[in-house]
Amino acid sequence: MRSFIYLVIGIFFGIVMFKSEAASWFRIYEMFRFDSFHMYGIIGSALFLGISFTQWVKKSKMESFFGEKIRIEPKKKSFLRYAIGGTIFGLGWGLAGACPGPMYTLIGAGFWTILVVLFGAVLGTFVYGLLKNKLPH
Amino acid sequence: MENMMQPWPWYISGPLIAFIMAILILVGKSFGMSSNLRTLCSIGGAGKLSDFFRFDWRAQKWNLIVALGAIIGGYLAHNFLSGDTSVLINQNSIEALEQLGIQDGSDAYMPSLLFGLEALSNVKSLALLLVGGFLVGFGARYAGGCTSGHAISGLSNLQLPSLIAVIGFFAGGLLMVHFIFPLIF
Repeated sequence: MRSFIYLVIGIFFGIVMFKSEAASWFRIYEMFRFDSFHMYGIIGSALFLGISFTQWVKKSKMESFFGEKIRIEPKKKSFLRYAIGGTIFGLGWGLAGACPGPMYTLIGAGFWTILVVLFGAVLGTFVYGLLKNKLPH
Repeated sequence: MENMMQPWPWYISGPLIAFIMAILILVGKSFGMSSNLRTLCSIGGAGKLSDFFRFDWRAQKWNLIVALGAIIGGYLAHNFLSGDTSVLINQNSIEALEQLGIQDGSDAYMPSLLFGLEALSNVKSLALLLVGGFLVGFGARYAGGCTSGHAISGLSNLQLPSLIAVIGFFAGGLLMVHFIFPLIF
């Protein structure tokens, strides 16, 4: 039952990514050129509601649908890992035009070359895991 | 129904993304898509080489199911919820792309130079896709999250680390599009 719920959430997410065009390489390019409000509108409106919701959940101390405690983990405090890692991610986001969520969506939409990007992303994750202890965090 | 077949405007799409994050929180999980890449490494046996991949990946199975759903959602949206999938981007972007040699701005969902099947037999296109993916995967794990984990979930929780990461995302993206694109295309 739970797996079914996750699957439905994922399907809905995939549809939204495709139909919003957030999965389009062109939209990401346009965003980084500040030529359109579209992507900023998506992220901005998601954030406006996301902040309201998250703060409300934290205050209400409510339980999950399954009766468990809802934990919204804070991110570990640091500067370097977020600044360096974030910039590396952004370079890839601009080049491949897809972040991880849209990668899955684009496989389903039949853009087979995205599999090369996904393979690269798994490889990048793997290499990070190998180098993790040598990198500044 | 006819409107649904059109591209969805930002004021529909953005709230729906917030809704997805909210549902995941309400079922006791969190919204973060790049964690799946680490899980895939663990399933592939990367734990033998780094303790970073030595964790109980079965506890992350739910997120793989979300990713599987996203694949199905992409299939459904493309085949049953779309007419013309051309993305009508701004004219300035179209012209800038033409200068880079990408001619199908506003004629397609993805540029054929990188995502058409002919790209699979083009060494340069393959290399760019592979490097782009590598940077996304490496950077997401280094920063501890991607667009969903930091820009949506983290900022929604008012996390300063996520703000630093998102500023990094944009610094990297701006650098790529404005300074590196003219060198590689």
